[in-house]
Amino acid sequence: MSDTQTPKAALPAMTHTVGMPRHQKIIFILLLAVLIALPFMVYPVFAMKVLCFALFACAFNLLLGFGGLLSFGHAAYFGMASYVCAHAAKVWGLTPELAILLGTATAAVLGLVIGSLAIRRQGIYFAMVTLAFAQMVYFFALQAQFTGGEDGIQSVPRRDLFGMFPMRDDLTFYFVVLAITFGGILFIYRITHSPFGQVLKSIRENEPRAISLGYHVNRYKLMVFVLSATFAGLAGATKAQVFHLASLTDVHWTMSGEVVLMTLLGGMGTVLGPIVGAVVVVTMQNYLAYLGAWVTVIQGCIFVVGVLLFREGIIGVLSRILKRPL
Amino acid sequence: MFELLGIPPQVLMGQLLIGLINGSFYAVLSLGLAVIFGLLNIINFTHGAQYMMGAFVAWMLLNYVGIGYWPALILAPVVVGAIGIALERVMISRLYKLDHLYGLLLTFGLALIIQGLFRNYYGVSGLPYAIPPALQGGQNLGFMFLPNYRGWVIVASVIVCFGTWFMIEKTRLGAYLRAATENPELVGAFGINVPRMITLTYGFGVGLAAFAGVLAAPIYSVNPNMGADLIIVVFAVVVIGGMGSIMGAILTGFGLGIIEGLTRVFYPEGSAVVIFVIMAIVLMIKPEGLFGNTA
Amino acid sequence: MIKRMALMTVAASALAAAPALATDVKLGVLNDQSGVYADLSGQGSVVAARMAVEDFDAAGKGINVEIISADHQNKPDIASNIARQWYDQDGVDVILDVPTSSTALAVADVTAEFEKIFINSGAATSDLTRANCQPTTIHWTYDTASLANGTGKAVTEAGGDTWFFLTADYAFGHALERDTTAVVEANGGQVLGSVAHPFPGTDFSSFLLQAQASGAKVIGLANAGADTVNSIKQAAEFGIVQAGQKLAGLLLFINNVHSLGTQTAQGLQMTTAFYWDMNDDTRAFSERFKEEVGAVPSMVQAGVYAGTLHYLKAVEAVGENDPAAIVAKMKEMETDDPLFGKGYIRKDGRVIHDMYLMEVKTPDESTGEWDLLKLVSTISGEDAFLPMEDGGCAFALAD
Repeated sequence: MSDTQTPKAALPAMTHTVGMPRHQKIIFILLLAVLIALPFMVYPVFAMKVLCFALFACAFNLLLGFGGLLSFGHAAYFGMASYVCAHAAKVWGLTPELAILLGTATAAVLGLVIGSLAIRRQGIYFAMVTLAFAQMVYFFALQAQFTGGEDGIQSVPRRDLFGMFPMRDDLTFYFVVLAITFGGILFIYRITHSPFGQVLKSIRENEPRAISLGYHVNRYKLMVFVLSATFAGLAGATKAQVFHLASLTDVHWTMSGEVVLMTLLGGMGTVLGPIVGAVVVVTMQNYLAYLGAWVTVIQGCIFVVGVLLFREGIIGVLSRILKRPL
Repeated sequence: MFELLGIPPQVLMGQLLIGLINGSFYAVLSLGLAVIFGLLNIINFTHGAQYMMGAFVAWMLLNYVGIGYWPALILAPVVVGAIGIALERVMISRLYKLDHLYGLLLTFGLALIIQGLFRNYYGVSGLPYAIPPALQGGQNLGFMFLPNYRGWVIVASVIVCFGTWFMIEKTRLGAYLRAATENPELVGAFGINVPRMITLTYGFGVGLAAFAGVLAAPIYSVNPNMGADLIIVVFAVVVIGGMGSIMGAILTGFGLGIIEGLTRVFYPEGSAVVIFVIMAIVLMIKPEGLFGNTA
Repeated sequence: MIKRMALMTVAASALAAAPALATDVKLGVLNDQSGVYADLSGQGSVVAARMAVEDFDAAGKGINVEIISADHQNKPDIASNIARQWYDQDGVDVILDVPTSSTALAVADVTAEFEKIFINSGAATSDLTRANCQPTTIHWTYDTASLANGTGKAVTEAGGDTWFFLTADYAFGHALERDTTAVVEANGGQVLGSVAHPFPGTDFSSFLLQAQASGAKVIGLANAGADTVNSIKQAAEFGIVQAGQKLAGLLLFINNVHSLGTQTAQGLQMTTAFYWDMNDDTRAFSERFKEEVGAVPSMVQAGVYAGTLHYLKAVEAVGENDPAAIVAKMKEMETDDPLFGKGYIRKDGRVIHDMYLMEVKTPDESTGEWDLLKLVSTISGEDAFLPMEDGGCAFALAD
């Protein structure tokens, strides 16, 4: 992605490696306030879905927007973590925090395995390798006993958090999910706005030069890949507890396509972009579900319009207008 | 009579022939994709939807206009190719200067739109399209009964594939095209209308997809989803064959059809994933593909 | 019986006399509206539910019925979320239809969690009243066991004693293969082998060839919808039936036969719970249905009508919107409607009614677009469905 259309406005933010710029701090605080009030305004389960996908999109953006690597198979980490968490909660009787942790760890390991093979290739070939492995993961999910094939893993119980706090109530669990996802998003922010993030940026912009400067480029790429997979897994595992269910939809390649849509729509390489993208896409799917197949058409139109006219995405455009990184 | 892993040779031959038939579709589709990518550097994700449109146009020609299979073999690719040209002129051409990624996302979006629209108007059940009378019935080959139509599919695919390869690699027009991909300015300086050539090439690639669609209409039901799951398999074929190689796409298409057919005999559940396993292996060992050149 | 009738009449007149005590119920029709099962369920099921409400004259009896619908796209996660939201937020009392076994299982569990009512008409898996049974589930229309007992038994007894299965590689296909194998073997037949095809599949030529090579007299198609239609079409293409083997479509709907056409499908046997041309009552309903929807009702849509009707009768009898009491009433009352005739609901939620073994007519025998099937035999409910004792439903066998 050497001639990517990154908003020029993103550059100033990257120079801040100490603390968050003030306007971004304000944005995050505002966001937190909105998210705290959210479950009282909309159906809490819907709000939790938005949070999980926001984290998933941020994780994907870490790889694409900041790492410059397009993965076609991110659903593999999202979905596998979801399955493992569901299985752990239902069959092994683990409490939510342990089940989610286990799911996330699975995604990390999977990311390590696939990533180490994929990064040997560049560009479209890298993407195709990730797709190939994601299809294999899908096949595994379809055939393996514990994943339940077409049925998925259903009726996943939500046990007491840490064995002490009952989580059956959706409203209570919302705040746990909020803590997890918001924490994850902040962590991702910290990663990208750090010396590590700087090196990533240099690799994305000009890999040969980064190599000539002595950086072990492949190690950085693998690192960001694993981190991205891990957070995608965190999102997936949490989602399994939210919906009491893990299914093939989570590992299907169309799920990989959706996260690309969210990131593109919101703005690649921006901080808030994926969150906004996730909100828009999930809301659209939910409230326009009665339109049936038209939702696919609308999503397609968003892709087309987004690529032709608003490559920076919603936040990217906003960022350009405000002349501040978002 | 020897048996290979418990399968009698007759059954095996039958499966190989079936694999060859499926391979014909892969070959024609991946040829179109390879032409478009190799010469235009566009990753045409709409290919599956255009294949589907080819089948639908054939169906529409029959049911709305009364035009049968044989004319449809020419008309449908022309119609869908024209639509493809319109898409290219209006949208895709704007992305040539950008990363591959955007072309892919755009064509992916277009595929969603096309599939969604067809799903809305025609449902998902699948519309019937009869095998043309001249090709009904079949031949008893001894080891299996080969329907005439399926034999025709192989013949038609080989003709079209070979014809395309010949045109691109051996004729002057093909030479202009290949030159224009490498150095558009220079070729343009010679007075050749490069953008028009690119547009027509895209139209041709799309026409190939539609042709495969017409071939598919009588034997696979004509439904809006027929391209969706096929497209990633065809991508895998193109990647394995080498993204710019025409011959690579053709040979790999046929070859992978046969491999898939064999898998169906020994491990049927895995027939959907074997192509991806092969793709992963090829990408690890020879990323340019089996017949590709390092760009 | 008379006492019950008297009670119901009293209740009805009491309700009618005191409209201020009207009961509000909300029905949700959850099915596939845009995918492979849209024809046999989809909007038609919503129409069927509405017709049931009208025919019952719910408004006149003081029951206000609201019907909503949604598309679950045959995905268990979408179905589960819609069901949850409907029960939790939207005040839905009953969920109807739900084809596709995996989604039905998900909705059954969610319904039990919220203690509402689930009247399934579309799904095949017999597990809804066996391993996954719930006190809140009523399974109308058909299931894999009855299909096996119908087609499987009939074909085996008619001489098809060696079978080869072409199975859709997911829960439903495997369940159907399992149940049919049991029936075939119980009737002296033998299963020579099976092959599982990816779901959904497009090209079955390879699998059909394997079926042919097995030499089995019968090729059992343990799949549904488009897969079955394509398997049959491609079998015709490869001359499999001409070469002497029989095809047994284990799950076929009238819509599938319609898209195959009598030329291709003639002679095929199938088990169904409802056929539009069976008697005057079914014909009358089907005419009305066809005018609105454009096709005759499938057994799934008929099941939605009958289930809604029976539910409303129970609501009227109970007099208020109490799910547990209504379910108990439904199981207590005999089922009686113009489409399925008389039947009853077992403790495990299984609705027992007659099933019909039918055969596709030849092109000469068929006199109209939808005149596609002829009756071979009627299978009584007790014979068709698996006995409750063998089902393994815990709460039903508890006492």
